[in-house]
Amino acid sequence: MAILGALNPMLSVGLDGDNAWRLADYVKRGGYTALRRILEEKLPQGDVINEVKKSVLRGRGGAGFPTGLKWSFMPRSFPGDKYVVCNSDEGEPGTFKDRDILRYNPHSVIEGMAIAAYAMGAARGYNYIHGEVWEIYQRFEEALDEARAAGFLGSDLLGSGFNFDLFAHHGYGAYICGEETALLESIEGKKGQPRFKPPFPASFGLYGKPTTINNTETFASIPYIINLGGETYLEAGKANNGGTKLFSVSGHVNRPGNYEIPLGTPFATLLEMAGGMRGGRQLKACIPGGSSAPVVPAAAMMDCTMDYDSISKAGSMLGSGAVIVMDETTCMVKALERLSFFYYEESCGQCTPCREGTSWLYKVVHRIEHGKGRPDDLDLLSSVTTNIMGRTICALGDAASMPVQSFIKHFRDEFAYHIEHRKCLVPVDVQRAGSGFFTATV
Amino acid sequence: MEIEIDGKVAHVPDGSTIMDAAQQLGAYIPHFCYHKKLSIAANCRMCLVQVEKAPKPLPACATPVTNGMRVFTHSELAVKAQKGVMEFLLINHPLDCPICDQGGECQLQDLAVGYGGSASRFHEDKRVVFHKDVGPLISMQEMARCIHCTRCVRFGQEIAGVMELGMASRNMHSEITTFVGRSVDSELSGNMIDLCPVGALTSKPFRYSARSWELSRRKSISPHDSIGANLTAQVKNNVVLRILPRDNEDINECWISDKERFSYEALNSPARLRKPMVRVDGALREVDWNVALDYVSHALKDVVSNSGAESLAALASPQATLEELYLLQKLTRGLGSGNIDFRPRRRDFSADSKLGGVPWLGLKLSEIKDLDAAVVVGSFLRKDHPLFAQRLRQLAKKWGKVSLLSVSGDDPLIKLHAQVTVSPAELPLALAAVVKAVAQLKGEAVPAGLEAVKPCPTSESIARSLLEGNKRAIFLGNAAEQNPHAAQLHALASELARLTGASCGFIGEAANSVGGYVAKAFPTALNAYEMFAQPRKAYILLGVEPELDCHHPQQAVAALKGAALVVSLTSFSDGAARDYADVLLPIAPFTETSGSFVNTEGRLQSFNGVVRPLGDSRPAWKVLRVLGNLLGLPGFDQDSSEQVRDEIVPAGEGFVDGLNNSINGVPLSLPAAVGFLQRVADVPIYFADPLARRAPALQKTHDAVAPTARMGGQTLQALGLTDGATVRVWQASGEAVLTVRVDEAVPAACLRIAAAHVSTAALGDMFSAINVERA
Repeated sequence: MAILGALNPMLSVGLDGDNAWRLADYVKRGGYTALRRILEEKLPQGDVINEVKKSVLRGRGGAGFPTGLKWSFMPRSFPGDKYVVCNSDEGEPGTFKDRDILRYNPHSVIEGMAIAAYAMGAARGYNYIHGEVWEIYQRFEEALDEARAAGFLGSDLLGSGFNFDLFAHHGYGAYICGEETALLESIEGKKGQPRFKPPFPASFGLYGKPTTINNTETFASIPYIINLGGETYLEAGKANNGGTKLFSVSGHVNRPGNYEIPLGTPFATLLEMAGGMRGGRQLKACIPGGSSAPVVPAAAMMDCTMDYDSISKAGSMLGSGAVIVMDETTCMVKALERLSFFYYEESCGQCTPCREGTSWLYKVVHRIEHGKGRPDDLDLLSSVTTNIMGRTICALGDAASMPVQSFIKHFRDEFAYHIEHRKCLVPVDVQRAGSGFFTATV
Repeated sequence: MEIEIDGKVAHVPDGSTIMDAAQQLGAYIPHFCYHKKLSIAANCRMCLVQVEKAPKPLPACATPVTNGMRVFTHSELAVKAQKGVMEFLLINHPLDCPICDQGGECQLQDLAVGYGGSASRFHEDKRVVFHKDVGPLISMQEMARCIHCTRCVRFGQEIAGVMELGMASRNMHSEITTFVGRSVDSELSGNMIDLCPVGALTSKPFRYSARSWELSRRKSISPHDSIGANLTAQVKNNVVLRILPRDNEDINECWISDKERFSYEALNSPARLRKPMVRVDGALREVDWNVALDYVSHALKDVVSNSGAESLAALASPQATLEELYLLQKLTRGLGSGNIDFRPRRRDFSADSKLGGVPWLGLKLSEIKDLDAAVVVGSFLRKDHPLFAQRLRQLAKKWGKVSLLSVSGDDPLIKLHAQVTVSPAELPLALAAVVKAVAQLKGEAVPAGLEAVKPCPTSESIARSLLEGNKRAIFLGNAAEQNPHAAQLHALASELARLTGASCGFIGEAANSVGGYVAKAFPTALNAYEMFAQPRKAYILLGVEPELDCHHPQQAVAALKGAALVVSLTSFSDGAARDYADVLLPIAPFTETSGSFVNTEGRLQSFNGVVRPLGDSRPAWKVLRVLGNLLGLPGFDQDSSEQVRDEIVPAGEGFVDGLNNSINGVPLSLPAAVGFLQRVADVPIYFADPLARRAPALQKTHDAVAPTARMGGQTLQALGLTDGATVRVWQASGEAVLTVRVDEAVPAACLRIAAAHVSTAALGDMFSAINVERA
């Protein structure tokens, strides 16, 4: 993938594929000026946090929690270590933006983390990069070496007396390690299993110390906020949805890839940037925020603008900004089967409803897809999802349930047809034609 | 904090959880993963309750109480959540209750009655989980029953100090397992069986022998280590089929060691002696009690009248009851002999006449958790005192600084503040270094005799830990009591206690190590070592197997073989006593007699028999009482063990009087070095007493492998030996042939050879010079 297009971009300005990721290129683009200014002017920590608050930067990892507010939860006068942690464990199906940020603009993340560490008084940071992107982990290590050599990391940054050490840590590919407390456990060398909250990481995080965890894109946006000022950043997007965002568009479009657009841009514009629907087919449905977000049918989706509030009004979530586009050749049962398999596979197995429930969901959807559905299966599925949702330690249980609920809600007929006729409503040859992979006809 | 649960109001301290508050109110919230002694996991989700203003049900075990919180444990929302969780727990559970060993005492079964559906909505294939072999004690044959509560995992990490079980894999394929191919070897492992809320971890020796509702539960007290763990013996058809811990927060909490849990197998062993036996024409013959006792009384009278009373000696096990020890010493003294002892593993008795009172722990077990620092001198902590070590482990995890000065670098699985490992002969020197460091730190005069000692940084750091905080303690372990310089160690520890204000005491070797003093079963003439070094004409042995239990077994056996009369009161017929004893009297082990033990903190605990004596065996106190009558001695008219006890401790249950660890008139002087090679002898946990030795399951564990000659790599090199070589080892008297093993935990110039095993019974002193050569 690559960053294929942008509207009024910030993060992707001046990027030139693999040729502009080095420190020198970043500095040429104006990099590290924000950090330098903060350190030279000895900007009060509160001012930095206020600037981020003003920008209404919302967490880019999926939950959309205001970043400035999160930073202000860190205890100010804690004696001892505090940590900032970057969550680059980008495991959500459909999401592939963080790896491009780390690949093409790694120094923006380093600078953002250093600013965050300054604002929260942390002296140590970790960037947890997921296991499947080894070459990106290696590139980030290289970028770290550059930053250390240039004095942007280490002790006494640019002679300011502020110390910040940053380390990269690569995972081994478990989706659950993208959950912030599981990620902390994993850094600590334990099995990646989410912790029960409270206590929250801001009071009991990495090694039991106050810790703030933000997404890669969130950290990458920080230098731009400091440079432009919070208000200007906010205005780049729309009210309550500050700035621009990278969207990973995949599925039945002509040009799948990452696109940076201001929040509030109409979905239709994004779809157009991505080259429109493949083969000129009709949009059937769209998952607007990564596989955990509820599916939105075509009509509702076309009315949406790409921001937290509009998508939420349509009954889904902006999530991580992974836009999965499905056209009319898609069998919704098969699509759900694949999604359910993912959550069943990736449940950490720690708490009962998720461990047992996700496998049950998958087994039932699998059965329906394979012509062995029972009349009461749809009620069973919705009952099982209610028994999972809100009863688990982390959000994976909810994430596994929401697709099931929304698929059944919007495409109940298709599921009912499957159960009754023991086959797809969308004929198999149509599905294969739409897939773009099958050439033979049935 | 005020909290209302189902309309009832409770006041709990800040930081409490809803579960804590519910327990205070006596309100039951269903749960599996929660356990009062383990960390909170909140993974079973069974304890979900409704909290006012919370949109979702919250787990009671992990949700902190906030002021004014209102909780509903039986509201529609709560019960729906609980039933939902129960359905999830049951979908992959095999529901094989009729053939499950846990049936009838299963938390899942019990709660399923209240929260489970009558029919399943799950029509798919159930999860299959392979069985695991983790050793002879815990069965993991039916792991499909596991509900992943991780109690066993947390027990290992937090209580046993070693994570032997973990949850591997993820999603519904997660399973509890050991590291590939390993077994579970913790000396506390059996507690995981109790903790398991389902039938996944079951007791291998007990499996399929009875249903829980067929068993009667009877109270008992552990006869093994000095803690005096409270037990529940489960009995069916007059046979003890299982031993479980009985909660006593002040003693064993809710745990027992594997030795206490699985030794019961020996009670039903075919090796039990069922009838009295008397040697006739060189062979032991079964006889009736009256014949045997008549024989014994006449023989004893003969010895006393022909050779004098001093030619008689009596040796008892420190695991005998208070009543037995008392009657034995009364009988021996009644016959005119002061040769009575209950400490067969001791070498140095020079402190006996200098003691201020009955030596004991120096504080209550329940006070250990409040200590700021503790120093343990001379102990194989984990194996000698599993539950005592567990208390120190918890202490070290909180704030306490625990240091260990010992003769082996074995990992106690305690986060130690400092560790000093020296040879047995250097142990007084190591302790003296701490004493001197304390004196120097306090700016006080260095105690006389310690002028030449040079404290090292480690001893200084131990000294500092003993000078900080309010409550500190010094504990002398088994290897200190059995050390040839035990009196010096006692005197040094007392001096250290005086200088630091810490308490000083003995952890105690066995169930009645304190009780023996209370019963006055200590010598007024020859002690346990001298009575064999200077062979006597006649011996009475009570529950003791000198060939394994004595400091110098070879010398003991030689003396016994040469004696005119050996009367052994024993529960077993298979020991070496068959060779040297003239009379074997079958006595009842702790489950078949009433009696009392005084534990290390001086707590008197009386117990009743839980089953009738096997065969013709009789409680030893009755045997001794009748023998006293037959010998015409006064004061043998008791009708019950309680009457005997009341003679010794008129106050009855509670703490005994006269506990005092002071020692007077032992000048501090440091022992000379022993030659190049010195023996270090531990008493392996499952060879330590006659019951454990005969428990088949325990004998299959890794802790029960035959002893080897272990030494550090440097010592090995200096001797020109190689790992795995067969060697002949010999002491001033006695020799054995063993395999050499490298063990870096053994101090330099030492050879570690375990005691209490037949293969080393021919050796001499536990801690003295030893020689080795290639066999």
